[in-house]
Amino acid sequence: MYGWIFRSLPGPLWVRILTALVLIAGVVLLLMTWVFPWFSEFSFLSPLTDSTIEGS
Amino acid sequence: MSRREAHAPVGSHGARNRRQGRSPGQWIIQIFGELLITLGLLLVLYVAWELWWTNIDANRKQDQAVGNLFAEFDGPVAPAPEPAADGPDYGDPAVLPAIEEEGRTFAVVYIPRFGDTYSRPVTSGVGTAVLDSLGLGHYPSTAMPGEVGNFAVAGHRQTHGQVLDAIHTLVPGDKIYVQTKDGYYTYVYRNNQIVLPDRVDVIAPVPTQPAAVPTERFLTMTSCNPRFGAEERIIAYAVMDSWQPLSAGPPAEIAPQVANNAEGAG
Repeated sequence: MYGWIFRSLPGPLWVRILTALVLIAGVVLLLMTWVFPWFSEFSFLSPLTDSTIEGS
Repeated sequence: MSRREAHAPVGSHGARNRRQGRSPGQWIIQIFGELLITLGLLLVLYVAWELWWTNIDANRKQDQAVGNLFAEFDGPVAPAPEPAADGPDYGDPAVLPAIEEEGRTFAVVYIPRFGDTYSRPVTSGVGTAVLDSLGLGHYPSTAMPGEVGNFAVAGHRQTHGQVLDAIHTLVPGDKIYVQTKDGYYTYVYRNNQIVLPDRVDVIAPVPTQPAAVPTERFLTMTSCNPRFGAEERIIAYAVMDSWQPLSAGPPAEIAPQVANNAEGAG
Protein backbone atom coordinates (compact mmCIF):
# COMPACT_ATOMS: atom_id res chain seq x y z
CA MET A 1 0.00 0.00 0.00
CA TYR A 2 2.61 2.57 1.10
CA GLY A 3 5.08 1.03 -1.35
CA TRP A 4 2.53 1.46 -4.12
CA ILE A 5 1.91 5.12 -3.16
CA PHE A 6 5.64 5.81 -3.10
CA ARG A 7 6.18 4.15 -6.48
CA SER A 8 3.25 6.11 -7.93
CA LEU A 9 4.79 9.48 -7.03
CA PRO A 10 6.22 11.29 -10.03
CA GLY A 11 9.78 12.45 -10.49
CA PRO A 12 13.21 11.18 -9.56
CA LEU A 13 13.93 9.54 -6.21
CA TRP A 14 14.82 12.70 -4.26
CA VAL A 15 11.66 14.47 -5.47
CA ARG A 16 9.59 11.49 -4.40
CA ILE A 17 11.23 11.48 -0.96
CA LEU A 18 10.50 15.20 -0.56
CA THR A 19 6.90 14.75 -1.73
CA ALA A 20 6.43 11.88 0.70
CA LEU A 21 7.76 13.97 3.62
CA VAL A 22 5.42 16.84 2.74
CA LEU A 23 2.49 14.43 2.50
CA ILE A 24 3.33 12.91 5.91
CA ALA A 25 3.65 16.37 7.49
CA GLY A 26 0.29 17.36 6.01
CA VAL A 27 -1.43 14.26 7.36
CA VAL A 28 0.08 14.79 10.84
CA LEU A 29 -1.02 18.44 10.88
CA LEU A 30 -4.53 17.47 9.82
CA LEU A 31 -4.69 14.86 12.58
CA MET A 32 -3.37 17.23 15.26
CA THR A 33 -5.60 20.19 14.45
CA TRP A 34 -8.85 18.52 13.34
CA VAL A 35 -9.14 14.79 13.77
CA PHE A 36 -7.77 14.33 17.29
CA PRO A 37 -9.68 17.26 18.88
CA TRP A 38 -12.84 15.87 17.32
CA PHE A 39 -12.06 12.30 18.32
CA SER A 40 -11.23 13.25 21.91
CA GLU A 41 -14.88 14.09 22.54
CA PHE A 42 -15.77 10.41 22.17
CA SER A 43 -12.52 8.98 23.37
CA PHE A 44 -12.39 6.55 26.23
CA LEU A 45 -9.22 8.38 27.23
CA SER A 46 -10.85 11.74 27.90
CA PRO A 47 -12.35 10.92 31.30
CA LEU A 48 -8.75 10.42 32.40
CA THR A 49 -8.26 14.18 32.39
CA ASP A 50 -11.53 15.14 34.05
CA SER A 51 -10.75 17.53 36.87
CA THR A 52 -14.15 18.65 38.08
CA ILE A 53 -16.31 17.63 40.99
CA GLU A 54 -19.85 16.63 40.14
CA GLY A 55 -22.69 14.75 41.71
CA SER A 56 -23.23 11.30 40.30
CA MET B 1 4.51 -18.84 -3.60
CA SER B 2 4.60 -21.34 -6.42
CA ARG B 3 7.27 -24.00 -6.71
CA ARG B 4 8.76 -22.40 -9.81
CA GLU B 5 9.33 -19.09 -8.02
CA ALA B 6 10.84 -20.84 -5.03
CA HIS B 7 13.63 -21.97 -7.28
CA ALA B 8 14.05 -18.59 -8.97
CA PRO B 9 17.68 -17.45 -9.12
CA VAL B 10 18.88 -15.18 -6.33
CA GLY B 11 19.33 -11.54 -7.33
CA SER B 12 17.40 -8.44 -8.25
CA HIS B 13 15.70 -10.17 -11.14
CA GLY B 14 14.41 -12.88 -8.85
CA ALA B 15 13.22 -10.38 -6.24
CA ARG B 16 11.17 -8.58 -8.88
CA ASN B 17 9.60 -11.82 -10.00
CA ARG B 18 8.60 -12.61 -6.45
CA ARG B 19 6.99 -9.21 -5.90
CA GLN B 20 4.95 -9.36 -9.06
CA GLY B 21 3.96 -12.94 -8.49
CA ARG B 22 2.11 -12.40 -5.24
CA SER B 23 -1.16 -14.19 -4.78
CA PRO B 24 -4.31 -12.29 -3.68
CA GLY B 25 -3.94 -13.81 -0.23
CA GLN B 26 -0.48 -12.32 0.14
CA TRP B 27 -1.72 -8.90 -0.93
CA ILE B 28 -4.48 -9.05 1.65
CA ILE B 29 -2.03 -10.00 4.37
CA GLN B 30 0.33 -7.22 3.30
CA ILE B 31 -2.40 -4.56 3.32
CA PHE B 32 -3.76 -5.83 6.64
CA GLY B 33 -0.27 -5.61 8.12
CA GLU B 34 0.19 -2.08 6.85
CA LEU B 35 -3.15 -1.07 8.31
CA LEU B 36 -2.06 -2.44 11.69
CA ILE B 37 1.18 -0.44 11.48
CA THR B 38 -0.89 2.65 10.59
CA LEU B 39 -3.16 2.09 13.58
CA GLY B 40 -0.14 1.79 15.86
CA LEU B 41 1.33 5.04 14.52
CA LEU B 42 -2.05 6.77 14.93
CA LEU B 43 -2.22 5.73 18.59
CA VAL B 44 1.31 7.02 19.23
CA LEU B 45 0.41 10.28 17.50
CA TYR B 46 -2.79 10.58 19.54
CA VAL B 47 -0.84 10.23 22.77
CA ALA B 48 1.61 12.86 21.50
CA TRP B 49 -1.33 15.14 20.71
CA GLU B 50 -2.91 14.64 24.14
CA LEU B 51 0.24 15.01 26.22
CA TRP B 52 2.14 17.59 24.18
CA TRP B 53 0.17 19.37 21.48
CA THR B 54 -2.83 20.22 23.70
CA ASN B 55 -0.47 22.04 26.09
CA ILE B 56 1.03 24.20 23.35
CA ASP B 57 -2.42 24.96 21.99
CA ALA B 58 -3.98 25.75 25.40
CA ASN B 59 -1.01 27.83 26.58
CA ARG B 60 -1.31 30.02 23.50
CA LYS B 61 -5.07 30.52 24.01
CA GLN B 62 -4.58 31.24 27.71
CA ASP B 63 -1.91 33.85 27.00
CA GLN B 64 -4.35 35.49 24.61
CA ALA B 65 -7.13 35.40 27.21
CA VAL B 66 -4.86 36.99 29.82
CA GLY B 67 -3.80 39.62 27.30
CA ASN B 68 -7.39 40.46 26.39
CA LEU B 69 -8.39 40.70 30.03
CA PHE B 70 -5.43 42.96 30.83
CA ALA B 71 -6.58 45.32 28.11
CA GLU B 72 -9.63 45.97 30.35
CA PHE B 73 -7.56 46.47 33.49
CA ASP B 74 -6.66 49.94 34.60
CA GLY B 75 -4.01 50.35 37.27
CA PRO B 76 -0.30 50.73 37.93
CA VAL B 77 1.95 47.73 37.57
CA ALA B 78 4.63 49.05 39.92
CA PRO B 79 4.56 47.05 43.14
CA ALA B 80 2.60 48.42 46.05
CA PRO B 81 4.71 49.45 49.05
CA GLU B 82 4.98 46.66 51.61
CA PRO B 83 2.01 47.25 53.88
CA ALA B 84 3.10 48.29 57.35
CA ALA B 85 1.24 47.00 60.37
CA ASP B 86 -0.85 50.16 60.33
CA GLY B 87 -0.89 50.26 56.53
CA PRO B 88 -3.83 51.44 54.50
CA ASP B 89 -7.06 49.66 55.22
CA TYR B 90 -9.02 49.14 52.05
CA GLY B 91 -12.11 47.93 53.88
CA ASP B 92 -14.24 45.10 52.59
CA PRO B 93 -13.06 43.74 49.25
CA ALA B 94 -14.86 44.80 46.11
CA VAL B 95 -16.63 41.82 44.55
CA LEU B 96 -17.42 41.28 40.89
CA PRO B 97 -21.09 40.62 40.08
CA ALA B 98 -21.82 36.96 39.35
CA ILE B 99 -21.34 35.92 35.72
CA GLU B 100 -24.14 33.85 34.22
CA GLU B 101 -22.73 33.11 30.78
CA GLU B 102 -20.10 30.43 30.33
CA GLY B 103 -16.72 31.17 28.80
CA ARG B 104 -16.01 34.69 30.04
CA THR B 105 -12.51 35.24 31.39
CA PHE B 106 -12.69 37.52 34.43
CA ALA B 107 -9.61 36.96 36.59
CA VAL B 108 -5.95 35.97 36.58
CA VAL B 109 -4.42 33.67 39.18
CA TYR B 110 -0.78 33.89 40.27
CA ILE B 111 0.81 31.09 42.28
CA PRO B 112 4.52 31.76 42.88
CA ARG B 113 5.00 28.19 44.15
CA PHE B 114 4.26 26.99 40.60
CA GLY B 115 6.99 29.25 39.19
CA ASP B 116 7.76 32.96 38.99
CA THR B 117 5.97 33.31 35.68
CA TYR B 118 2.88 31.31 36.61
CA SER B 119 -0.23 33.24 35.72
CA ARG B 120 -3.39 31.66 34.39
CA PRO B 121 -6.78 33.02 33.37
CA VAL B 122 -9.97 32.16 35.27
CA THR B 123 -13.01 31.70 33.05
CA SER B 124 -16.64 31.21 34.01
CA GLY B 125 -17.91 27.65 33.73
CA VAL B 126 -16.36 24.21 34.08
CA GLY B 127 -17.39 22.70 30.73
CA THR B 128 -14.83 21.02 28.51
CA ALA B 129 -14.71 24.02 26.20
CA VAL B 130 -13.53 26.22 29.08
CA LEU B 131 -11.19 23.79 30.84
CA ASP B 132 -9.56 22.55 27.64
CA SER B 133 -8.49 25.95 26.41
CA LEU B 134 -9.12 28.78 28.87
CA GLY B 135 -7.26 27.75 31.98
CA LEU B 136 -9.03 27.54 35.31
CA GLY B 137 -12.81 27.17 35.22
CA HIS B 138 -14.97 28.86 37.84
CA TYR B 139 -17.75 26.68 39.22
CA PRO B 140 -20.99 28.55 38.48
CA SER B 141 -22.96 29.57 41.58
CA THR B 142 -19.88 29.56 43.81
CA ALA B 143 -18.56 32.85 45.21
CA MET B 144 -16.57 35.39 43.19
CA PRO B 145 -13.03 36.40 44.27
CA GLY B 146 -13.11 38.23 47.58
CA GLU B 147 -16.69 37.26 48.32
CA VAL B 148 -17.64 35.59 51.61
CA GLY B 149 -18.08 31.95 50.72
CA ASN B 150 -16.13 29.67 48.42
CA PHE B 151 -14.46 30.83 45.21
CA ALA B 152 -14.11 27.41 43.57
CA VAL B 153 -12.17 26.65 40.39
CA ALA B 154 -11.20 23.52 38.47
CA GLY B 155 -8.15 22.95 36.29
CA HIS B 156 -6.38 20.20 34.38
CA ARG B 157 -3.57 18.34 36.13
CA GLN B 158 -2.29 17.00 32.81
CA THR B 159 -2.84 18.03 29.17
CA HIS B 160 -4.55 21.18 27.87
CA GLY B 161 -2.07 23.51 29.58
CA GLN B 162 -1.96 21.40 32.77
CA VAL B 163 -2.68 24.49 34.85
CA LEU B 164 -2.69 22.61 38.18
CA ASP B 165 0.06 20.09 37.46
CA ALA B 166 2.00 21.13 40.55
CA ILE B 167 -0.99 21.36 42.92
CA HIS B 168 0.52 18.73 45.23
CA THR B 169 3.66 20.86 45.77
CA LEU B 170 1.79 23.66 47.59
CA VAL B 171 2.99 24.19 51.13
CA PRO B 172 0.70 25.61 53.86
CA GLY B 173 1.25 29.36 53.95
CA ASP B 174 1.85 29.67 50.19
CA LYS B 175 0.21 32.71 48.64
CA ILE B 176 -2.32 32.43 45.87
CA TYR B 177 -3.07 35.78 44.23
CA VAL B 178 -6.23 36.47 42.26
CA GLN B 179 -6.47 39.61 40.14
CA THR B 180 -9.73 41.00 38.78
CA LYS B 181 -10.57 44.41 37.37
CA ASP B 182 -11.34 45.48 40.96
CA GLY B 183 -8.17 44.44 42.71
CA TYR B 184 -5.77 41.84 44.02
CA TYR B 185 -7.02 39.22 46.46
CA THR B 186 -4.37 37.35 48.43
CA TYR B 187 -5.34 33.88 49.55
CA VAL B 188 -3.19 31.68 51.78
CA TYR B 189 -3.04 27.97 51.06
CA ARG B 190 -4.07 25.84 53.99
CA ASN B 191 -4.30 22.14 53.10
CA ASN B 192 -5.27 19.63 50.49
CA GLN B 193 -7.46 16.59 50.43
CA ILE B 194 -7.92 13.66 48.06
CA VAL B 195 -11.55 12.70 47.51
CA LEU B 196 -13.77 10.75 45.13
CA PRO B 197 -15.15 12.67 42.12
CA ASP B 198 -18.70 12.91 43.51
CA ARG B 199 -17.80 14.90 46.65
CA VAL B 200 -19.64 18.07 45.67
CA ASP B 201 -19.45 19.35 49.26
CA VAL B 202 -15.82 20.40 48.74
CA ILE B 203 -17.08 23.41 46.79
CA ALA B 204 -19.79 24.28 49.35
CA PRO B 205 -19.67 27.87 50.74
CA VAL B 206 -17.85 26.36 53.71
CA PRO B 207 -15.88 23.50 52.15
CA THR B 208 -17.06 20.04 53.27
CA GLN B 209 -19.76 21.57 55.51
CA PRO B 210 -22.76 22.05 53.20
CA ALA B 211 -25.07 23.26 55.97
CA ALA B 212 -22.74 25.86 57.48
CA VAL B 213 -23.15 29.58 56.88
CA PRO B 214 -19.87 31.06 55.66
CA THR B 215 -18.11 33.90 57.47
CA GLU B 216 -14.76 33.50 55.74
CA ARG B 217 -13.56 33.88 52.15
CA PHE B 218 -12.35 30.55 50.80
CA LEU B 219 -10.61 29.56 47.61
CA THR B 220 -10.92 25.94 46.49
CA MET B 221 -9.10 24.39 43.55
CA THR B 222 -9.99 20.96 42.19
CA SER B 223 -7.95 18.83 39.82
CA CYS B 224 -7.62 15.20 38.90
CA ASN B 225 -5.68 12.69 40.92
CA PRO B 226 -3.45 10.78 40.49
CA ARG B 227 -1.46 12.57 37.80
CA PHE B 228 -2.27 10.97 34.44
CA GLY B 229 -5.40 9.50 36.02
CA ALA B 230 -8.82 10.59 37.19
CA GLU B 231 -10.03 8.00 39.67
CA GLU B 232 -9.92 10.66 42.40
CA ARG B 233 -9.79 14.43 42.78
CA ILE B 234 -7.17 16.45 44.60
CA ILE B 235 -8.62 19.49 46.34
CA ALA B 236 -6.57 22.47 47.56
CA TYR B 237 -8.10 24.85 50.11
CA ALA B 238 -7.04 28.42 50.79
CA VAL B 239 -8.42 31.30 52.86
CA MET B 240 -8.34 34.98 51.95
CA ASP B 241 -5.83 37.02 53.88
CA SER B 242 -5.99 40.51 52.38
CA TRP B 243 -6.94 42.49 49.34
CA GLN B 244 -5.96 45.75 47.68
CA PRO B 245 -7.59 47.69 44.85
CA LEU B 246 -5.98 47.63 41.42
CA SER B 247 -5.05 51.30 41.85
CA ALA B 248 -2.79 50.39 44.80
CA GLY B 249 -0.55 48.28 42.55
CA PRO B 250 0.19 44.56 42.69
CA PRO B 251 1.67 42.76 45.70
CA ALA B 252 5.47 42.82 45.40
CA GLU B 253 5.80 39.07 44.93
CA ILE B 254 3.85 39.04 41.68
CA ALA B 255 4.65 42.55 40.41
CA PRO B 256 7.15 41.39 37.72
CA GLN B 257 4.65 38.94 36.26
CA VAL B 258 1.82 41.50 36.37
CA ALA B 259 4.05 43.93 34.46
CA ASN B 260 4.89 41.15 32.04
CA ASN B 261 1.20 40.41 31.43
CA ALA B 262 0.43 44.11 31.01
CA GLU B 263 3.09 44.30 28.33
CA GLY B 264 1.49 41.50 26.41
CA ALA B 265 -1.97 43.06 26.65
CA GLY B 266 -3.76 44.17 23.57
